[in-house]
Amino acid sequence: MATKLIFYVFAATLMVAAFRVITARNPVHAVLFLVLAFFSSAAIWLLLQAEFLAITLILVYVGAVMILFLFVVMMLDINLAPLREGFAKYLPVGFAVSILILIEMIMVVSHWKSGLATTVTATNIPNVEQLGQLLYSAYLYPFEIAALILLVAMVAAIALTMRPHTRAKYQKPEQQVRVRREDRLRLISLPAEPKD
Amino acid sequence: MGPLILSDVLILSAVLFCVSVAGIFLNRKNLIIILMCIELMLLAVNLNFIAFSHFNADMTGQIFVFFILTVAAAEAAIGLAILVVLFRNKNTINVDDISTMKG
Repeated sequence: MATKLIFYVFAATLMVAAFRVITARNPVHAVLFLVLAFFSSAAIWLLLQAEFLAITLILVYVGAVMILFLFVVMMLDINLAPLREGFAKYLPVGFAVSILILIEMIMVVSHWKSGLATTVTATNIPNVEQLGQLLYSAYLYPFEIAALILLVAMVAAIALTMRPHTRAKYQKPEQQVRVRREDRLRLISLPAEPKD
Repeated sequence: MGPLILSDVLILSAVLFCVSVAGIFLNRKNLIIILMCIELMLLAVNLNFIAFSHFNADMTGQIFVFFILTVAAAEAAIGLAILVVLFRNKNTINVDDISTMKG
């Protein structure tokens, strides 16, 4: 009962935030509403007893990904007017398509009977413990692949955005080590001049 | 008002997904907003996974959400890096101006 009320409060917040994300005029506001959307869905995940993932959502998404978005939005000096051009033009078709999808989904979901229990099933083992036991035994190999994906993403992001320094001066150790006397020193034979 | 049931969460997730589909239609010129809408779609999918995991008392759904979060973080990082490189080279993030490849 109380759970359902709390669920509705957070669901309403999530909907309003998501709606503002797609309609906000300023991209900075859109990012901030996206943060609100992630927070409210983390709360819903807590209601559904996925504690570890809710905390991960806040730490990883709000703490890292959204801040990255905010950095990029503030760093790019964008002229916003041409980017909003088609907004009114695509408003009817956008809403028509999405409301059609929504009606279809709701029809399916509300009339669909499955073998699943539709009420809560409680367990005694904490969520983090269950997740950890699965992650480090049955899903160990996918877990390591996930780590590798993050590494590749990091390398790719750095390689894409790094520019070579053109004006900066820095040492080249391999050339310093390989240098020989003949590269630096030139012996010139000068004739001895008579002293006046 | 009874207890929280599976279809409540599924409908919420469907609404969230449709809002982000509408967002891609409306903001089809602004690349940043499109990336944000993709993040919202992934959030809706994750909500579905967690709802099924909860009502089915099966942890596999949450494991899957874990991996989706990993891949989505990687996707956001690379997408934003591409966006920054694009803005540096062409000085625009308007989707209409990015038609060099004639796709």
